[in-house]
Amino acid sequence: MRKHVSSMYLAVLLINLLASSIVHGADSSEKNIILSTTTSTQDSGLLDVLVPIFEKQTGHIVKTISVGTGQALALAAKGDADVVLVHAPSLEKKLVAAGTLLNRRLVMYNDFVIIGPQEDPAKIKSVKSALAALKLIEAMNARFVSRGDNSGTHNLEKSLWQQAGLAPKGSWYIESGQGMGATLGIANERNAYTLTDRGTYLALRNRVKLPIHVEGDKVLLNIYSVIEVNPANGSRINLAGGKAFADFMVAPQTQAAIKSFGIEKFGQPLFMPIAGKREDEIGG
Amino acid sequence: MELIWQGIAKAFQLLSGGDAEVWAITWLSLKISGLATLVSLLLGIPLGIALALFRFPGRPLAAAVVNTCMGLPPVVVGLFVSIFLWRSGPLGFLDLIYSPTAMIIAQVIIAFPIVAGLTMASFQNLNPRLGLQLLGIGASKPQLLWLLCKEARLPLLAAVMAGFGGVISEVGASMMVGGNIRGQTRVLTTATVLETGKGNFDVAIALSLILLTLSFVLNFVLTHIQQREQFRWPKLS
Repeated sequence: MRKHVSSMYLAVLLINLLASSIVHGADSSEKNIILSTTTSTQDSGLLDVLVPIFEKQTGHIVKTISVGTGQALALAAKGDADVVLVHAPSLEKKLVAAGTLLNRRLVMYNDFVIIGPQEDPAKIKSVKSALAALKLIEAMNARFVSRGDNSGTHNLEKSLWQQAGLAPKGSWYIESGQGMGATLGIANERNAYTLTDRGTYLALRNRVKLPIHVEGDKVLLNIYSVIEVNPANGSRINLAGGKAFADFMVAPQTQAAIKSFGIEKFGQPLFMPIAGKREDEIGG
Repeated sequence: MELIWQGIAKAFQLLSGGDAEVWAITWLSLKISGLATLVSLLLGIPLGIALALFRFPGRPLAAAVVNTCMGLPPVVVGLFVSIFLWRSGPLGFLDLIYSPTAMIIAQVIIAFPIVAGLTMASFQNLNPRLGLQLLGIGASKPQLLWLLCKEARLPLLAAVMAGFGGVISEVGASMMVGGNIRGQTRVLTTATVLETGKGNFDVAIALSLILLTLSFVLNFVLTHIQQREQFRWPKLS
């Protein structure tokens, strides 16, 4: 008899737990916001600071899905996200022009750097231009690790190769297909060059022994924007919630929080706030 | 090597210091995978018994499908569950994507064929004469089923362990359908991937150790029950 009672109790508990999680999901659907964003905002820890502030201020619940920028934008285009925070300006502008995304607003920027072996086999340390550096790397067939995952970083890298008039191919060109952290790890182990955002590089500076060779070139700017999703993309888009989050990201208090983020841990900010500025004003 | 010691130290620090987030992640992992295993047992054991004991058209095909699904790649399950549960998918109206319930659904799909397959095998291993004997001494059909279950309970425990072990350690599906959302769907495996990506290798090792310990303790208890039963058999020789 005791056995029966305990198994009945277990069954009731199970159903309750299942039901409560289902009800929880359905009840709060107007409060739920799906934010699709890039791995760098998540890996740097910035969203862990900002999202709780937003949730407290507005009562919304944010479901942050951190994926490559390509996937983040694809989710938005299918109506599977309410707002995006990404860093691939050329892709973003295309989607805004097509009406898939609405109201693109600049949030913050940092920059990309080219890092590589201490010995610098392609001799890029002396050049200032990222394009010239890539040409040297290609000419020497020096090992280079690409993200290869259609992320924002990968899109910038592809556009740099294209601007340099090159189509990288061969055993020296390694496609990791993984996030920035994992890709830095591979570059470090294989003693190869790679393109990385400064934030992730700083976060991993204890593990990655490759020094910075090229920085400060204007083409290496890494600009993050927040963009709302057109409700026409799907029937369940939370437009008000998405807009609330976008407004929050460009609000003065949030911008101040972005500016001070990372100083304690890295001695320098990881992102510079730029809300309200034009793209051509940045990085001067 | 030094990194591993750092990780072990970090694990003790996180757990003894009562790091609320780590405890919450551990508890959520246990809850999701425990529930998924339970549901898998409720579905898998009847199916396994049916496949082992009854003859019906399509049985060989069904048995082969169950055996194949015992090795379903979690990422494939994750992808298909995502497609169904995305807002743009056929079940989008349920609003389940990126929720613990979605993770339970994916894990059930992974674990239930394992439970069904092992149940089927354990019932097929029972001496077929046992059934006839039990019927002969006047057992009713439900009684027969109950007695056979009791007879097969040791291999059934193996099915529980395999099912739970499969889902608690799984990362691909949980990442895709859960989204690894802090405080909502972040479990031990997805948190380990995240911390590795962040370069926090000591935390990643600490989380792995917690996962291993959890898995070990559960399996130890279940193995203990299983083996204790077995010691009741008279010694040979």
